[in-house]
Amino acid sequence: MTRYPDPKQVGGDFYSRNFAKNARPDTLILNLGPQHPSTHGVLRVLLELDGEYILRAEPVFGYLHRMHEKMGETKAWGQFMPNMGRVDYGHPLSWNWAYCGAVEKLAGIEVPERAEVIRVITHEMNRLTSHLLWWGAYILDLGAFTPIMYAFDDREHLLDLLQRPTASRLTYSYFRFGGVSKDLDEKFVEGTKAFIARFRQRLPMYKDLVTDNIILRKRVEDIGIIDQDMVTRYGATGPVARGAGLAYDLRVSEPFGVYDRFDFKVPTQTTCCSMGRYLVRMEEMEQSCRIIEQALEQLPGAEGPHLVKGAPKPQAKMPAGEAYFAVEGGRGKVGVYVVSDGSKIPYRVKLRAPGFSNLSCFAEACQGMLLADAVAVLGSLDLIIPEIDR
Amino acid sequence: MSIHPQLLHLIIALIAVMAWVGLNALVLVYFERKGAGFIQRRPGPFEVGPQGIIQPLVDGIKLMCKQLVMPTGADPVLFWTAPLLSMTPVLLLFLVLPYGPWLTGMQIDLGILLILAFAGINVLALLIAGWSSNNKYGLLGAARAVAQSVAYEIPLLLAVLAVAFTTGTLDFVKITEGQGPWPWQWNMVYQPLAFIIFIISAVGECNRAPFDLPEAESELTAGFHTEFSSMGFGLFFMAEYSYMVVVASVASTLFLGGYQGPFGSDGWWWYLPKVYAILMFMIWIRWTYPRVTFVQLLNINWKWLLPLGTVNLLATAFFMKLF
Repeated sequence: MTRYPDPKQVGGDFYSRNFAKNARPDTLILNLGPQHPSTHGVLRVLLELDGEYILRAEPVFGYLHRMHEKMGETKAWGQFMPNMGRVDYGHPLSWNWAYCGAVEKLAGIEVPERAEVIRVITHEMNRLTSHLLWWGAYILDLGAFTPIMYAFDDREHLLDLLQRPTASRLTYSYFRFGGVSKDLDEKFVEGTKAFIARFRQRLPMYKDLVTDNIILRKRVEDIGIIDQDMVTRYGATGPVARGAGLAYDLRVSEPFGVYDRFDFKVPTQTTCCSMGRYLVRMEEMEQSCRIIEQALEQLPGAEGPHLVKGAPKPQAKMPAGEAYFAVEGGRGKVGVYVVSDGSKIPYRVKLRAPGFSNLSCFAEACQGMLLADAVAVLGSLDLIIPEIDR
Repeated sequence: MSIHPQLLHLIIALIAVMAWVGLNALVLVYFERKGAGFIQRRPGPFEVGPQGIIQPLVDGIKLMCKQLVMPTGADPVLFWTAPLLSMTPVLLLFLVLPYGPWLTGMQIDLGILLILAFAGINVLALLIAGWSSNNKYGLLGAARAVAQSVAYEIPLLLAVLAVAFTTGTLDFVKITEGQGPWPWQWNMVYQPLAFIIFIISAVGECNRAPFDLPEAESELTAGFHTEFSSMGFGLFFMAEYSYMVVVASVASTLFLGGYQGPFGSDGWWWYLPKVYAILMFMIWIRWTYPRVTFVQLLNINWKWLLPLGTVNLLATAFFMKLF
């Protein structure tokens, strides 16, 4: 039996031809993406379908590759900072922090206490925006249009607040070597307190209306099993690992900044399915609120300026050496490894994106499921494509 | 030369129906967008005209101005037949609906049968649309459309049959007149299970969310009409809204007393609010629920609606025989 259409005649690029080579003759090869509503940007997934059941899947990416790592080798240390807001538009402050942390470790720069508290507050608020963006888009993937409007309503409040100190709404470049660029003002603090009070009332509503909806539960429960074995094999982190029952959260296991001061839980689920990952993120939003509240209480007592005296200028030289710094981003472990040869331009900047490892689980997790379920699993991994491609 | 009066009546009715279908699509699009806006806490269309009421018309003009594109490798005959085939039977369906005591395009004894028969043609249109467009999403959408429509027509039929048993006729006007003007005289009260089954199946039959699998946006981009542009898409769009009106009309006639009003105030002014109440209900659930998967969709049908419909039909027959 020959495959119709014959892959040799049809053409296609290297990936689709290579994928078609191992296909069964009676199956349909579907090229999901790079322009597809549910691939969240320009992810491309090759699927071998038997009817609507997926036999094999292969993610293809690189359509949004912007050479961030190479750009790091051509710009001065401080000039590379704006790139960190653009690697992951969902949670840019985690990248800000990871890069600043690595450089501070390399140069031995002390961060004032006040700056550390400000970093925690803004970082957690950015995590809320990241999770709200994921939540709305995920439910949209499942076919419900309305929740994203509610999520963006909340997110809008957060962005308005974050705009005050950071001066931007999406691609933040707020952290500096040795602190942050601007101090928090009174309006920000009051607005954040008001937002948390409001958000605390919205979360139960989301639970009632969306999380407990029978159709949603039937759609995502027991779909896309990613267990601890898979998590360790692929190096998945963040909510994907915690959804598999692995309480791995860098804020607790390898505390950075001043996270060891705060009292919060690391939510885990043992179901390993998409619902597990969903519930972990919903619970994380509550925990983020707790952290922000505690941090806001500590803010007046936190001493020091928002930026250390004598912080390095953008064109400053860094001492030779290497440093690695990892923070817990909205999607998992965000790591930055920098190598310096003593000049004002980094010798190497390596970015460790959590989405890349999380996406690797997809091909194995989606085997044998329906196309619609594959979309549900893809969404539950919370992929931000620019971060994967870098 | 003289035209047979009945033929003249039919032609006038057809023209009126065409106008009515077009108007309905515009009004429904407006309602849908305003309803969606209300549910999503945003204003909806409000720029074009007062409260945005001209928006659907402008959208329609925009659609007509677009280029008609046919993908390479598509079957030209089938590709252009599909949208027409989707739209044409709808016009016939509107002929037999009783809008009022004197407002029925064509009163025939087998009105329900005609509606069910011609509504089935839509499946064929979706199938050839998906098949001829040489697109894998279209093909998957077409396969889904056929499986779904075939499945959901059966409980729909069972629900309608239960009503036909109790009233003893397939004529819409007689069924309407068999019910009283007050809500407790409606068939909905005597056949609650049939009513629920009918509404669920109608949503499935119209490919509306949460059963909008043939055009599931997040999975199949646009399903069977992925490759259609301009009025090719526009006709599918209009057909979908028109089918919604048809099933809502059938539901209001069979279960909600149709055009009957209290104190002899029969007329379309009673019929239209009932139809639009059902339509608003369909819009409401579309913007509220996530989409089911295909397996779940068929499970709901074959494991719940079909057995319940059969039991309901047998029970109806039993009680009809008894009393």
